[in-house]
Amino acid sequence: MSENNSMPKESLLSPRNKKLLTDPLGKDNPINVQVLGICSVLAITVQLRTSLVMAISVVAVMGFANVIISLLRSTIPPRIRIIVQLTVIASLVILVDQILKAFVYDISRQLSVFVGLIITNCIIMGRLEAFALNNKPWPSFLDGIGNAAGYGWVLLAVGFFREVFGSGTLMGYAVIPQFLYDIGYEDNGLMILPPMALITVGIIIWVQRYKDRRLIDIS
Amino acid sequence: MEELLNIFVKSIFIDNMIFAYFLGMCSYLAVSRTVNTSVGLGFAVIFVLGFTVPINFLLENYILGRGALSWLGPQFAAVDLSFLTFIMFIAIIAAMVQLVEMIIEKLSPTLYSSLGIFLPLIAVNCAILGGSLFMQERNYANISEAISFGLGSGVGWFLAIVGIAAIREKIRYSNVPAPLRGLGITFIITGLMGIAFMSFMGIEL
Repeated sequence: MSENNSMPKESLLSPRNKKLLTDPLGKDNPINVQVLGICSVLAITVQLRTSLVMAISVVAVMGFANVIISLLRSTIPPRIRIIVQLTVIASLVILVDQILKAFVYDISRQLSVFVGLIITNCIIMGRLEAFALNNKPWPSFLDGIGNAAGYGWVLLAVGFFREVFGSGTLMGYAVIPQFLYDIGYEDNGLMILPPMALITVGIIIWVQRYKDRRLIDIS
Repeated sequence: MEELLNIFVKSIFIDNMIFAYFLGMCSYLAVSRTVNTSVGLGFAVIFVLGFTVPINFLLENYILGRGALSWLGPQFAAVDLSFLTFIMFIAIIAAMVQLVEMIIEKLSPTLYSSLGIFLPLIAVNCAILGGSLFMQERNYANISEAISFGLGSGVGWFLAIVGIAAIREKIRYSNVPAPLRGLGITFIITGLMGIAFMSFMGIEL
């Protein structure tokens, strides 16, 4: 209870809250470290544009889902909490899906089933279970945004490398200068194919763990 | 019959859930430490996919799709409930997982205790929802095609997780660079396996 009493005095971006926002970007990253929500990272990162839309969608769903579950946390019976969480997430994803269909229809076609699969994105379920069920709305919101942003930057990084090396473009604009093609440079078709997404993430993990040795898996 | 076999083989090898669409990666990475547990999870996934895909097929074609309600009467022909797809599919999956769990517990307590912890996890496995969503997107003609797609995807997932688990058991004795150990090397191996599976592309039965 002492925590509840001290909460209102805490400023909105106190060090503790800021930590919630920044930890998932680096040493507690949902993808590189906690290994959650891999599926979509790999499937929709052929282009930077789809990665960006996906990252924004996940940030939106996750922030709101965390807030809603956190507001409901004392009324949800523990036995049926999973189905309640799934219902909340599914409703938010339906909203996102309808918005994407209305405003960016071609990207929504490219993302195909992967918008729907945000529902079963383990990061969202994982954060709801681990954080939002036991915390107040504002910290939960920050936690959701932080984790979704941590997910988003990996998504954008993978999308960046795959698009630059795979098709020589960024957001659809050519970035590899023409004279390189003239002297014999070729786009690497393998980067567009699914397996290279896995290998790119593998290399990102390698670089991150090389820099931060505490993350190394000792088992 | 030939068409069914074609869908079955295609969903195992060419449209493999893991290597072509990366669905169910979370449990694939988390549970593939030993072969025994991955065999258990693999069977559970085959089981649940084999049930949920056909059920969601019926749901899609007789309740949710555009004009699907016309069997109720001509005035329902224009009703389009497809915006409810996600929430209905996930509800069916969660309910089916619960049901499968109870059935297995009743019929075969040994299988239940070996699968035990994995069964509830399957409700949030993207491969299951992905299977239903792909079924919807690809417009399978009838329920037997949906069944063969569901079972085929399950078998493909099973092969992938057992394969990676066997490799991970062996690789423990190899000298992998420290920062790459565990997660990193698993990703790269999965990528290489994916390249191998791509050689099935273009096979037509």
